[in-house]
Amino acid sequence: MNRPAALWLALGWGGFALLPWYGVEDGFWSLAWLFDYPAGADAAPALLQILLFGRWWLAPMVLPLAAPLLVLRRPRTDPLFSRVLLAAGAVGAVFFLGQGFLIGIGGWEYATLEGLFGPLGDRQFGMGYGALSVAAAFLFLFAQGLAARGAINGDGFVVGSIALVIALVAAFIFFPVVRILASAFQDNDYNFVPYLFVEKLFSHDIWGVGCLTANVNCGIAWNSLLMAILVAASTTVLGLAFALLATRTGFRAKRLLRLLSVLPIITPPFVIGLAIILLFGASGTVTQAIETITGTTPGRYIYGLPGIWLAQTLAFTPIAFLVLIGVVEGVSPSMEEASQTLRAGNWRTFTTVSLPLMRPGLANAFLVGFIESLADFGNPLVLGGNFDVLSTSIFFAIVGAQNDQGRAAVLAIILLAFTLTAFWAQHRWLGHKSYATVTGKGDAGLHVPLPRRVVWLAYGSALPWAGLTAVIYCMIMFGGFVELWGRDHSLTLRHYMDAFSITTGTGGLVWSGAAWNSFWTTIYISLISAPLTAAVGLLTAYLLIRQKFAGQQAFEFGTMLSFAIPGTVIGVGYILAFNVPPIELTGTGIILVICFIFRNMPVGVRAGIAAMTQIDKSLDEASLTLGASSFATVRKVVLPLLRPAVIAALVFSFVRAMTAISAVIFLVSANYDMATSYIIGRVENGDYGLSIAYSSVLIVVMVVVILLIQLVVGERRIGRREDMNVAFGAGGAVG
Amino acid sequence: MRRFYLSLVTIAIAGLVAATANTTFAAGKLTLYCSPQIEWCQLMVKEFEKSTGIKVAMTRKSSGETFAQIKAERRNPKGDVWWGGTGDPHLQAAEEGLTQEYKSPRLPELQDWARRQAEQSGFKTVGIYAGALGVGYNSELAAKHKVPAPKCWADLTKPAYKGHVQMANPNSSGTAYTTLATIVQVFGEEKGFEFMKGLHKNINQYTKSGSAPIKASARGETTIGIVFQHDAVTQAVKGFPIKIVSPCEGTGYEIGSVSIIKGGRNPESAKKWVDFALDPKIQTMAAQAKAYQVPSNSKATPPPQAPDLSQIKLIDYNFKKYGSSAERRRLLKKWDDDVSTLPR
Repeated sequence: MNRPAALWLALGWGGFALLPWYGVEDGFWSLAWLFDYPAGADAAPALLQILLFGRWWLAPMVLPLAAPLLVLRRPRTDPLFSRVLLAAGAVGAVFFLGQGFLIGIGGWEYATLEGLFGPLGDRQFGMGYGALSVAAAFLFLFAQGLAARGAINGDGFVVGSIALVIALVAAFIFFPVVRILASAFQDNDYNFVPYLFVEKLFSHDIWGVGCLTANVNCGIAWNSLLMAILVAASTTVLGLAFALLATRTGFRAKRLLRLLSVLPIITPPFVIGLAIILLFGASGTVTQAIETITGTTPGRYIYGLPGIWLAQTLAFTPIAFLVLIGVVEGVSPSMEEASQTLRAGNWRTFTTVSLPLMRPGLANAFLVGFIESLADFGNPLVLGGNFDVLSTSIFFAIVGAQNDQGRAAVLAIILLAFTLTAFWAQHRWLGHKSYATVTGKGDAGLHVPLPRRVVWLAYGSALPWAGLTAVIYCMIMFGGFVELWGRDHSLTLRHYMDAFSITTGTGGLVWSGAAWNSFWTTIYISLISAPLTAAVGLLTAYLLIRQKFAGQQAFEFGTMLSFAIPGTVIGVGYILAFNVPPIELTGTGIILVICFIFRNMPVGVRAGIAAMTQIDKSLDEASLTLGASSFATVRKVVLPLLRPAVIAALVFSFVRAMTAISAVIFLVSANYDMATSYIIGRVENGDYGLSIAYSSVLIVVMVVVILLIQLVVGERRIGRREDMNVAFGAGGAVG
Repeated sequence: MRRFYLSLVTIAIAGLVAATANTTFAAGKLTLYCSPQIEWCQLMVKEFEKSTGIKVAMTRKSSGETFAQIKAERRNPKGDVWWGGTGDPHLQAAEEGLTQEYKSPRLPELQDWARRQAEQSGFKTVGIYAGALGVGYNSELAAKHKVPAPKCWADLTKPAYKGHVQMANPNSSGTAYTTLATIVQVFGEEKGFEFMKGLHKNINQYTKSGSAPIKASARGETTIGIVFQHDAVTQAVKGFPIKIVSPCEGTGYEIGSVSIIKGGRNPESAKKWVDFALDPKIQTMAAQAKAYQVPSNSKATPPPQAPDLSQIKLIDYNFKKYGSSAERRRLLKKWDDDVSTLPR
């Protein structure tokens, strides 16, 4: 008997005959349905739904569930086995999706069907445990069938993983994105009007170049492009400087630097912008100083591109740093030593060996910076002035007075096109060279000291930057302790009391502060989504780098898609897609978790890819040759070498879940309110004190969690000599 | 492979099981979409739960976000009632048939403007408060730059104010759209657009959000902001040097409204909420939550800081015409084509 196939089949039958088919109203995890089980119309499994409640459209699924039973005892190599499994999986999936999408909460979903068959007289709700199990069973039976035919060396784990990731990406990225982008071709009454698309696409406010000649605004597409390129370039350079400082020099305050560089990433969106206004705004401290010294009025110079550039560089340098540090660490000292043995100087070694080996990291950092900048919403909103960009325009096309979802979709398509181009350019640049430097061979070299020029450059760019970051954070922390930030600086604890007070009431401790509710939800949702995000992301990276299968490039792009699309579009897309059956998730915590997983998994993927391209495939092959399964290989060989990537993915997804705003704002509900949406509400009302107090608490929490993650995951141990010189000879290495 | 997925599932379950919704057996349920500031929302929810025993699940989002959400959820509405926030999107929702007609027994107690707006919307929305449009300026900054205090709309187009005025972009903000519609009603369409062109030269930034100009003004980032007067009051009460002007030509106003969402799951509770929201006692409590609008029930006492509507020259704002999407599109397109493309 074929055990994996039998297992998945058992899951399918269990879902069909035992578990409640439809989603239960009190939430996915509530057990209230047990009262009604198994004969209640809401909690009955599919089998009883057919027999007792006449939901005949569920009946055809019996066939694909029954057919594999017949071949279960046949050997895996029997062509009949694979053929039956493939057919059962495919037919089952078609029936499953068909009934889900054709019959909804109002009976037939399409008027044509109602015309053909007459009114249905029944309706169905979102899918629940039963439906989920059956869907999973069909998916994996299909994958088993493929593996049995010999796909990917007949490796069931790999085929199953590919199928799973494709199904998840299709359901939670493509489906909602298509739902919203389709509105680019619709007018406001949801009619199909293709010429509107053309009209909106070529509007002058998107592509206008008037700013080159007169004092008017340029098209938002050009603005966004310019901004994204500048930000990506500056974050990559600074990220590299930080990564080199942290790993290759004897810089004493490394840990502090690491922490400082991570701070901006853990800051709720608007806070940096606000601090920049207090420093550089028309009445800001720095501006006032310039006024007193020079006697001129600089005015509103910060609003527009300069402000956004500054704020985004502050905010996204840490991401570049996180992507790059693993790569910089991974560059093999042996190569550098070889270069030196061949009489190349430090500088030559750096530019011709080290730097080219970092190309995957640099390209990924640039790409991530580019995409982040395009999708960023908070900083352009606060500091943009009249410099309009795509992300804010999209947000206000949806929630603003013009209320034009079609325009938002058109702008989102433009944004996607930019991302696509960047993605393609990155592929071209990296080419098909090998960047593997972590191999199974002895690699016990010492890193060559960096050329002095590079060290100075790294210090010169990273330290002032770190200084600015420190100033801004001191200001922010300070803002939580004063009556009215920027106006009345008498010290107070009032804001912290309002947000986080605990009183003793009748039932023991009462969490009476206004922020507790959203605070706990946020922590809880973030802690659940972080490991899941890292797992999905790294699994995907493994599939992309280590396996070869048809459609790999499309697959890779699909996983990057959700990252490239602005949160607002994803948020509204999620409501459009998941508010009605078959997948009904709005108002739950699950929709938030899912949204975070699929929005943040690209970072896991990127970090994983960057790190994995450095690990030689011979290590995997050695493990496989010695008889380990591919799962064991991933767990015992690849994963330990990926520790920096694991940390990056965990940290990033946790932090992003805690600080994301634009998608979340549409998905929060009464029981699942998130910290950022609460803070934004307070900011809208001008309660900066409480918002900053709350943000400061979040920052502290995130620092603690990041340290815990590093402690738990641990460091990657590559068999290299400990470099005593770097530890003790800081002076020697630097100057 | 199984162990891998098993561990994934275990992580997920271990976390999520703790979140099991605690089912409360209350007198009823109500899902509230709330658009004003959170304190006011929380105060209302507390009082409503106390007086009716109905359990309220409240989500706070700005009115634009709420409208977008209700639109996206239209095939399977999840909310029951939408309370507060600019009247403009409430009227749009009424026009698109997203909200439900309801005549509260409290209707006769309301001020004229509130009754008129309810009639014009076909009783699909009803006003709970009003706020007049106005001009706020930072008196310290005005003195520093030696700019005179504006008195009328027409003042704002004078060259003295170049680079000193901020208003929101009417494409993104309901406040700014109300401004545009007000100007058109005060001056007539042709002269109104001449005014907007003149104003455009003096604008230093069109912000995205409606109340952003007065917040910028409070922090000294701009001298003058065109906003709703109660938003300016909020900044002044906080301690910023903000002064408020009601333009001499007359000014428009918004009506913050409450609407019952069509197809909601608890329509009876929603009706109770509307009656509750129109109760003079409840409306009087608004000041506790730092809301300085004028309540719609004539028996309610306005907060002492609220701009006195009887002292302000209010125009007879035509909510039916300027709240309709056709007129809105036309005016916004005209503003886009004729005003926003001009050099400054």
